[in-house]
Amino acid sequence: MMLELGLNQQPAHTRQGSSIGQPLTRRDGFLKVTGTARYAADNHPPGMLYAVLAVSSIARGRVVSLDIEAAKAHSGVVEVMTPLNRPALAVDPDAKDHPFMFRLDLLQNDGVRYPNQSIAVVIAETLEAATEGAALLSPRYETLPARVGLDGGKSFVPRGVGVGNPAVQEKGDVEAGLESARTRIEAAYETPAQYHNAMEPHAIVAAWDGDQLSIDTPSQGLAMAQGRIAGLFGIAPRNVHIRSPFLGGGFGSKGMISGPQVLGILAARLVGRPVKLVLRREQMYGPVGHRAPARQTLRMGMDGEGRLTALSHHARTTSSTFDDFFEPAADASHTLYASPAIATSHDAVRLDTGTPLFMRAPGEATGSIALESAIDEAAHACGMDPLEFRLRNYAEVEPMTGKPFSSKALRECYEQAAEAFGWASRPLQPRRMRDADGFLTGWGMGTATFPALMFQAEARAVLRADGSGLMETGAQDMGQGAWTAFAQIAADGLGLDIDQVDFRAGSSDLPNAGIAGGSGHTATAGMAIHNAGAAVIARLADLATGNEASPLFGAGNEGVLARGGRLYRRDDESRGESYSEILARAGLAEIEGHGKGAPDPASQETYAKHAHGAVFAEVKVDPDLGQIRVTRLVGAFAAGRVINPRLVRSQYYGGMIWGVSFALHEEAVTDRRSGRIQNANLAEYHVPVNADVPSVEALLVHEDDPHVNALGIKGVGEIGITGTAGAVANAVWHATGVRPRRFPIRIEDLLG
Amino acid sequence: MRDFDFIRPATISDAIAAAAGPGSAYLAGGTNLLDLMKGGITSPERIVDITRLPELNRIETLDDGGLRIGALVRNADLAHDPAFAKAYPAVAEALLSGASAQLRNAATVGGNLLQRTRCSYFYDTASACNRREPGSGCSALGGENRLHAILGWSDACIATHPSDFCVPLVALDTVVEIEGKEGRRHVTLEEFHRLPGDTPQRETMLEPGELIVAVRLPAEAASFAAHARYLKVRERTSYAFAVVSAAAALVVDRGKIRGARLALGGVAAKPWRARSAEAALLGADADEASFVRAADAALADASPSGDNAFKIELARRIVVRALMAAKAGTPERMPALPASPFSSIPGVRHDA
Repeated sequence: MMLELGLNQQPAHTRQGSSIGQPLTRRDGFLKVTGTARYAADNHPPGMLYAVLAVSSIARGRVVSLDIEAAKAHSGVVEVMTPLNRPALAVDPDAKDHPFMFRLDLLQNDGVRYPNQSIAVVIAETLEAATEGAALLSPRYETLPARVGLDGGKSFVPRGVGVGNPAVQEKGDVEAGLESARTRIEAAYETPAQYHNAMEPHAIVAAWDGDQLSIDTPSQGLAMAQGRIAGLFGIAPRNVHIRSPFLGGGFGSKGMISGPQVLGILAARLVGRPVKLVLRREQMYGPVGHRAPARQTLRMGMDGEGRLTALSHHARTTSSTFDDFFEPAADASHTLYASPAIATSHDAVRLDTGTPLFMRAPGEATGSIALESAIDEAAHACGMDPLEFRLRNYAEVEPMTGKPFSSKALRECYEQAAEAFGWASRPLQPRRMRDADGFLTGWGMGTATFPALMFQAEARAVLRADGSGLMETGAQDMGQGAWTAFAQIAADGLGLDIDQVDFRAGSSDLPNAGIAGGSGHTATAGMAIHNAGAAVIARLADLATGNEASPLFGAGNEGVLARGGRLYRRDDESRGESYSEILARAGLAEIEGHGKGAPDPASQETYAKHAHGAVFAEVKVDPDLGQIRVTRLVGAFAAGRVINPRLVRSQYYGGMIWGVSFALHEEAVTDRRSGRIQNANLAEYHVPVNADVPSVEALLVHEDDPHVNALGIKGVGEIGITGTAGAVANAVWHATGVRPRRFPIRIEDLLG
Repeated sequence: MRDFDFIRPATISDAIAAAAGPGSAYLAGGTNLLDLMKGGITSPERIVDITRLPELNRIETLDDGGLRIGALVRNADLAHDPAFAKAYPAVAEALLSGASAQLRNAATVGGNLLQRTRCSYFYDTASACNRREPGSGCSALGGENRLHAILGWSDACIATHPSDFCVPLVALDTVVEIEGKEGRRHVTLEEFHRLPGDTPQRETMLEPGELIVAVRLPAEAASFAAHARYLKVRERTSYAFAVVSAAAALVVDRGKIRGARLALGGVAAKPWRARSAEAALLGADADEASFVRAADAALADASPSGDNAFKIELARRIVVRALMAAKAGTPERMPALPASPFSSIPGVRHDA
């Protein structure tokens, strides 16, 4: 165990014995595979009741009647919560103080604005009684025509897209660039609505004790959830205690507290007993966010050498009728390919759906499949290999802003993935490869990218007289491995072996670890942990170097190394002593330090910070029947320092498989008349099964980034889905000669 | 909690007596019934659990050389029975292409015949569905129907029967053994499922309270063993219903077709026996031209019921491909991906 303090650490893999860089298995793995990890819905406090949502079967209108008496008469039903008796809230659920506050459906009135909106909550002694009580409500509605589809309303230009980006941006003169081009392409691509299907549906167990609220619920952002709940109920945030040790997947759907979770809290308030509320699978299709459908039009011009002269990317997307979230799909064209002129724009229509929200790589994934398809079309129009074309248009600085990249090992990604895949032997023309069984074979590629974001986080570190350490931060493990990766960072930060560190996370009474989202959790909370470790070690070093009895006396902070639970003089490593000895001499049971993680504003201003990758896909297509099979995926990603290569590979695998899903499987089928989603279940809403993914390889490309943060972490949670979806689509084209223009790619698109 | 009676009879006659009243339902594997109950699509007042009836669990060779498969034999057990798979390879392949390994372990032979359509409007109780609620209309018409029927549909219902298992069974002249108050009777599987007509709610020939006790494969069915395949096009490799499927079985003698069986799945409210195609094949050369003619005959009466015209052409091509595969001969071993167009690609366990 060796650790040198200071902000210029060596790359993990060059250091011996550190925890960072080790491919540790999940520390919570045993709990999970033995079923002893306690997820939210596993909690059953004494006296707990079960709440079941009654949800709307219409898309738009209002509830005219509910048979509350029938429900209450059902054996076991304790109460029915409707707009008539729902406990008061301190603020209007339709209030929106800032763009990150999303409107919630909390039975504020009888209105219905999307299918599966909550219209009542039935609370009963058993789940079965509550379920039947909800069915007995037999709602009657006044129904208005549903607004469905990308042309379902009047379009408008949103004030902002994503988290506040301008909807329209332009650099240079796109029309002039297109005019001067030797070769031009224009193409439109449609992507469907996709809905969250985390294994664990949103669940909450809520218990009130006076104005103290105790909650078990999965959350990707404990402090934000705590603040939102406190605001809604008019209590102090410290009165809200949320436990979220494990999430059965989040993917953005658990970033904000959702309406149904708050309804569980309201139900507990109404009946004065603890209440559990778990969404049914089909109830996920509405109130917890989704990826909006999009229609994207790309125009590109190229000169005689295949250099872009102009790139225009327009996205039509949708939001709900009552709130604003606009998938920033066209912004995918800001960062990847050099062009003297780039224009991106968005418009939107409002539909009778739940509000679309964050879903793994929101904007980037949707934009990537269109951009990477269009780049493939452009390369073909220029008669160039798609990799050569991408290298020809390689962005040495961020195209939209002109900022230098903090680091960018995309060339290495291209090289390593292409080599591993065997790309060099790819024929330029489509429909040229058949395998021994006669299947059309195609190879396609896509570039992956995702911004290296950081938010705000805090951590608290403690060193104890027994030589052990404690690190606390309210971090969230969605399955990505936070329990393990953060413990690794904590161990190095404290100069201890990982088994000597007690790592606590997943609870709102710990320091605010920010949000597990935007692929920024490891960087943000990791930096807080790192800095907390440095702070407590500095205090320890002060104790030692300032005490004449210590062999470290006079060494000064800069001259001290921490490793294996001991401090050493930098100039003479034979002189050192253990943490225990230092604390014992000082008569202290423990000392603590605090650290923060946050983006550095100066480097934000100076550098463009992104992770990059390249994904290569092989597909086989039955030439007569149109069925597609992805037979190989090879990705190479450069995302700064890798804390745990095993977990990082898993993130890439998961993202890449979702890319396959995007290209070939996922679609919420919405009835064009009623607006109801027709396949709101895991049998009919297809995601890949194991047999769909025979071979996936993810290469970790070394990248040192001195600017993103002291640990050099960029984040890996979302990048895998970008690039991959386009690579699959491009491989389908290369196999068949048919250019996919709508997704998922269907058999009928390839029957010819 | 919605109360219902739960009865676990010890004998077939007790079961039939218990299920005589209206609102009764037999429970076997429960892979479809329980979902229907949870979704409020059906709400039986009395569940008659037949899973403990021992005599329904057997696979027996009959004196006439036929095979009798008890209604409670699990899909997985049947598919993995080596003798069965050898004699009726297309049936085993169809079974292994259906659902997931977990569902195949639970689902039964009788239940497979009686599974309900997967039409989303049937499951969506806020939609009109003549099958679920006679006279309410059909929301699938004019709705999201790219996977709906192309054969035998009516304006009252355009749903399909989702079974894979039934497709080779109907091709092989399977007979359904039914027991009721009046005793035992036999109905061919081809007659067993009804087309919707004006009464889509009447899905089978079963009278209320009747119980499927077995299905019988006639002796002749095994004569196709050397040239029998099931082919299923679907939108993911496993755990997906057929967009269109076909079972093809041939007897080929010196290049001439001496026996031909063909049935389609995913195209109609019943497993679709293509007798006109079989007639076109008999005596013809076992070559692609004959298979194309057979495919044209099989789909001659097809028409789109919505956004599903592609299924007609797809079905034609699947028929040709299935017949080509049957002609090429039953593979020595069960393919890694049973019934898949990609079944020649190794590397994935068939129960993946």
